Amino acid sequence: MEIIVYGIVNSVSLALMALGFTLVYGISRLPNFAHGAFYILAGYLAWVGIRSLNMGYIVSVLLTIFVVGILGMAMYRFFLIRVRGMPISEIIASYAMGLFILEALRWKGLKGMTFTLPVIYPGTIFLFDVPVDYQRLLVVAIGAGIVAGLWLFTKFTRLGLALRGIAQDEQAAMMLGIDSDAMATVATGLGSALAAVAAIVLLPLGNIVVEAGYQVLIFAVAVCIVGGLGSWAGAILASFIIGFAQILTVSYMQSHFQVVVALLAIILTLIAKPSGLFGRQKQLEERV
Amino acid sequence: MAEVQRRKERLDRGIKVRAESIYAVSSWEEAAYLLAPRIILVLGLLLAPLLVQSPYWKRVVTVVCVYGLLGLSFDFLAHFVGLVSLGGALATGVGGYASALANKALGLPVFLSIPLASLAGGVVCTVLLLPCLPLRGVYFAIVTLMYPLVLSRLVEAFNILGGTDGIPGVQGFGGPWAESYIIISALLLCLFGLRRLVNEDLGLILRGVKDNDQAVKASGISVTRYKAIAVFIASTLGCLAGAYLAHLYMWAGLSLFALDFSILPIAATVIGGGGTLVGAVVGSMILIPLSELLREFGTLRIAFYALVLMGFIVVRSEGLMVWAQRKYHQFERWVQI
Repeated sequence: MEIIVYGIVNSVSLALMALGFTLVYGISRLPNFAHGAFYILAGYLAWVGIRSLNMGYIVSVLLTIFVVGILGMAMYRFFLIRVRGMPISEIIASYAMGLFILEALRWKGLKGMTFTLPVIYPGTIFLFDVPVDYQRLLVVAIGAGIVAGLWLFTKFTRLGLALRGIAQDEQAAMMLGIDSDAMATVATGLGSALAAVAAIVLLPLGNIVVEAGYQVLIFAVAVCIVGGLGSWAGAILASFIIGFAQILTVSYMQSHFQVVVALLAIILTLIAKPSGLFGRQKQLEERV
Repeated sequence: MAEVQRRKERLDRGIKVRAESIYAVSSWEEAAYLLAPRIILVLGLLLAPLLVQSPYWKRVVTVVCVYGLLGLSFDFLAHFVGLVSLGGALATGVGGYASALANKALGLPVFLSIPLASLAGGVVCTVLLLPCLPLRGVYFAIVTLMYPLVLSRLVEAFNILGGTDGIPGVQGFGGPWAESYIIISALLLCLFGLRRLVNEDLGLILRGVKDNDQAVKASGISVTRYKAIAVFIASTLGCLAGAYLAHLYMWAGLSLFALDFSILPIAATVIGGGGTLVGAVVGSMILIPLSELLREFGTLRIAFYALVLMGFIVVRSEGLMVWAQRKYHQFERWVQI
């Protein structure tokens, strides 16, 4: 029972981490390697807002999500746009961006146990005799809410439909008057904002450390590869698979093996089904 | 008012055209034109340990060469095969541990353990990366990024190979001269060897794999096999650097899997100019001494590299060497359209 409950929590956390990355890559074929850095940056900004500036929880959280979203947009608009379409440069440029943010934060003294975000609602509840704190339940609730919200957004709003149009067929979408660059800007902003949301929900469970930034990136890509690109169902299923696999390894082996599980999942997926769980033939061609 | 539109026209210098063919030997001028850049590089590298006085800066020269090797390995994989590896540290780690083991457990002397560790490490890295070879672009990049992390976790978790303490007491080189010249000659050999290799048939196939692997496949050539060969060559270079480092510091430990060995070579290649091979070496000649000067800023150094990297890739993505080669081989003029 414990494994099931914590497996679900862990899976939803993974999905939260990965959604932003999947979104940006799915829509504009842009690998945002600064994703993990935005995650940590959001945690740090929220910490500054709450602890240093005393702005109150709600205000600083909303402000953080907004600022990180704007930063993501700016990163695309002024920076990544210039290397668009050159995969090597895209990877290196966005990775350098992320590295810069993370290492600058480390230099600012972001290490050790001193940086923690407050939980939204402290306390613990017993679920099928398993102690779960409210924050972890909240993770699941918010994760489900975001998935539902994104689904509605991409199905029923003009902007969401435009984003899907670009994702499915860029040239046809451009012929219908959808601006590819504007959509990519929106997508990067949205992806970064999602990273910020994930940070604010997940970081209270631990400390804000720079290393987590690299881990988030790795987990996000693992989920992305296993699930198949641009496929929401695939990404969510993949995060459940990896999430449960991780919880199983943690309870039967050591916590050191969490990253190993992600890598193994990637390698096994690539050998067995290179296009990912829900990938289509077109994506297969791109990846392999 | 109609604006006068101009464009820059670039033409090859006459001497370049002559020097490309048999006429290269026709006069001293052409021969010098061809040889000058090479001689400057070779002499510069060979004289560097003589010119710097303090042992500290002698050490910096060797570290420049180590990163030059790693940069060569990255440049070769990224720009001639199309595999962007963000995990150069995989090769340094494997090579370093292999050399330390060969030296400590098998009792081999330095001049045997380094080549052996390079080759064995190359094989190990290739086997490890084999499942990922069908991947392209982003996917290959991220998977390689994970490898050093995973390997260092495994060493930590299983407490093998000395665990977090590493393997101390690896045999050193016995003197600063051997230290410097072993790595300098290795670097020069690898540089000119690789330059030659990429113009052979093998290099042609590899570039075919990069530009259009479907066409290569259609020609009945196994893409994966050639990618494996390329990865073997690149990781052998990386392992050589790692093995050298293990002997230089007389210690092999988890720091051989550090992020530095993945990031700095990439930065060096981007600054020096990707696809020129020599650019990686030139880039590390600029970056490493600069980072030594910045040592007092601590971890801000990596942030600084990242910034330089971003600046170069966005503003001057061609890199220094491509720019320099253009200036050397061509003259420019504005023409009216």
